[in-house]
Amino acid sequence: MTTVIKKIVGSVITILAVSCLVFIAFEIISGDPALAKLGISATEEKLAALRLEMGLERPLFVRFFDWVSGVIRGDFGNSYSYNMPVSELIGEKALTTMLLALYSFLLMIVITIPISIYSALHKGDLFDKAIQIVNQINMSVPAFFGGMLISLIFGMVFKLFSFGGYVSYSKSFSGFLSYMFWPALAIAIPKAAMAISLLYTAIVEEIKNDYVRTAYSRGNSSRGVFYKHILKNACIPLITFLGMAFADMISGSIVIEQVFGIPGLGRILLSSIQQRDYPVVQAIIVYIAFFVIVSNLLVDILYRVIDPRVR
Amino acid sequence: MKKTEKHNYNLILGIVLTAIVLIPAVIGIFYTPYDTESMNLALKMASPSFSHPMGCDNYGRDIFSRIMKGSSITFLIGVGTVFWGSLIGTLVGAFTAYYGGVVDEILMRVNDVIFSFPSLLLALVFVAILGPGTYQVLFALAIAFIPSYARVVRGEFLRQKSMDYVQLARLAGAKDLRIMFVHILPNIRKVLISSILIGFNNAVLAEAGLSFLGIGVSPPKASLGSMLSDAQTYLFSKPELALFPGLTIIIMVLGISLISKEVA
Amino acid sequence: MKRILRVENLSIEFHDHALAEKVVTDLNLDIFEGEIVGLVGESGSGKSLTAMAAAGLLSRHDIKKSGIIDFDGTDMLSAERAELRKVQGNKLSVIFQEPMTSLNPLKKIGWQVEESMKIHMPEMTASERKNRALEVLLQVELKEPERVYNSYPHQLSGGMRQRVMIAAAMAITPKLLIADEPTTALDVTVQMEIIELLKDIRKTYGTSILFISHDLSLVSILCDRVAVMKNGVIVESGNVREIFDFPKHEYTKKLIASIPVVEL
Repeated sequence: MTTVIKKIVGSVITILAVSCLVFIAFEIISGDPALAKLGISATEEKLAALRLEMGLERPLFVRFFDWVSGVIRGDFGNSYSYNMPVSELIGEKALTTMLLALYSFLLMIVITIPISIYSALHKGDLFDKAIQIVNQINMSVPAFFGGMLISLIFGMVFKLFSFGGYVSYSKSFSGFLSYMFWPALAIAIPKAAMAISLLYTAIVEEIKNDYVRTAYSRGNSSRGVFYKHILKNACIPLITFLGMAFADMISGSIVIEQVFGIPGLGRILLSSIQQRDYPVVQAIIVYIAFFVIVSNLLVDILYRVIDPRVR
Repeated sequence: MKKTEKHNYNLILGIVLTAIVLIPAVIGIFYTPYDTESMNLALKMASPSFSHPMGCDNYGRDIFSRIMKGSSITFLIGVGTVFWGSLIGTLVGAFTAYYGGVVDEILMRVNDVIFSFPSLLLALVFVAILGPGTYQVLFALAIAFIPSYARVVRGEFLRQKSMDYVQLARLAGAKDLRIMFVHILPNIRKVLISSILIGFNNAVLAEAGLSFLGIGVSPPKASLGSMLSDAQTYLFSKPELALFPGLTIIIMVLGISLISKEVA
Repeated sequence: MKRILRVENLSIEFHDHALAEKVVTDLNLDIFEGEIVGLVGESGSGKSLTAMAAAGLLSRHDIKKSGIIDFDGTDMLSAERAELRKVQGNKLSVIFQEPMTSLNPLKKIGWQVEESMKIHMPEMTASERKNRALEVLLQVELKEPERVYNSYPHQLSGGMRQRVMIAAAMAITPKLLIADEPTTALDVTVQMEIIELLKDIRKTYGTSILFISHDLSLVSILCDRVAVMKNGVIVESGNVREIFDFPKHEYTKKLIASIPVVEL
């Protein structure tokens, strides 16, 4: 229990550290925000006035504590180009992206578990061999190209969904889910391919262990041996992967959104990078870092719940 | 017996696939059949023909030439990223593992944080700071990739450090640097080579992603990712604009990953 | 006395290579109620395979078996899996050589001791099962059975884990206990404790034991009868005292001569 608390404290410190790094990086490199906001044609008086208004005259560390305490309260300041609070600007978009990443994550698990179990238990037969080949190819497809293929095949040829017909979750959650299925699938497929090869290998290795023979000797059926004994043990190597996969899925979502025309964090992040709207970029990075760190923490806790040896 | 035969097939297939993409890519560094950047409206959206085997894009540029050029840029970014990433990562991993101490602790904490971050996103942050462009992408990806190499090398060094041959070398009076790079490094080459190959694939995929987002290699320069980004507009009317560069990425990554499986 | 196990003309062949390999040839063995029979031989003599065949745990496709293993009316060689399962963990239990790896690392000891009760006696309530589990844990001389019940395997020593294996095997009081080198992986002092424990178990429950070992001295302490195996064939069998005092076969003589004499 104490180690879990230590991990949580560690995660909080990491999030704060990331915020600091982000602030300092942009502070040093980004130049004068007032200039960025008004453009080079602005007069010196206007710039000075704006600097005063934005609080840029204050010393660096004052602004730093100001920003960090804002971050803790969920206030990321104002966007340069939209003239509105960053949190208002990205709120709904951030949720859209997170839902997409989560959706992909769930799809990945739904794809991975039955396929790896079936092909590991039927090692060497036709399905297993086919899966090995398909997997190897799927791992090599960039998710955004997979998304293009999906919209081409399922959107245009089979007309299973109308491409570009994104529905916001606040309008119709079921419409949201049915449109998001396809981008989520595009993200999930290459990750599922990796997860399948991991779980498959783990099951094949786990079957060789002595405790499996013990389980048979007690009169378990093959199903019983597999589901009561082997499966949980085989899932342990998968857990670390899950944490990394979720982090990757957030960045995957940002790319896939561009393919499927989804108004998530991706578009605003890209336009903010191009317009040098740093408060927005900072906020998005810290927001994503928060989710990455929390998902790592959850993986750590899950590890402890499943495996008594690391408690 | 059976097993080794099958392994060889994988290796041969991997080499063949890689060669299919790499040979045109290497030639593309010096020569392409047509100019890859100037537009020719007469050939706009031309279908595949004898003189333009993959057709032409929306600016009338020969797709095959652009794929040659694009894969050479993608390839060079991949190689550069892996070179700098693995070089610095190896040095960091080797020194921290060998000397340990507070520096090791701090560096590895930082490393863990960066490592848990998706490399594409990290590169995005660096590009946001540095601005778009080929060298910026290379630099951003190299930095994003350092932690994964440092991690691998550090783990391997820690394992090797306590082995007998290292102790013997030390007794024989070998200097630290000599032990690290003459004795230990050759012993971890297998792990290092396989993570270099996997890293190359990740770099190719990350570059494609960045250029697809329009913040990587900037137009009119061709990269496989930027070609896909351009092709998006015409996805339904002219899918081959996307299919050719997409397949090129898949073949390159598939070939390298088959090779890396056999090397490990 | 009733015969509990009858092995007749048992032969086992491996077919995992181009040439078939005969590892057990025409083996005959009987075990009667309440009897402890030792099967000794060096590693590779086929003794463990014989034991696994008798337990119905030899189902690899590349192994060919012939003969009869009649355990209390069930032919362990030819019966369907469903038939075997009714016997395994119910009338027949097995303990294995490696206590460190024979328990599932993710399940609590209590769960593992109760498993055969759950499978074969579904009518038992949870508290009845727990009472029985604590009772057998106490019988195998584990102090603080309640604590052991709630422990995980990695929290126990090798000797304790083997006691847990025995407790799990005895939870449902089988007619036959097959012990495949149960002491080989343990310290000498712990070995003797386990041997004493097996003796107690026979006394308390009247369970027959098939004791597989390479150690003739242990067999002489524990068993009533012994069969000596070499290269898949029983070269000599009979009453333990007789075999010890008047060995006929050269191999048996060699085995006896190799027992270290302990000076007290």
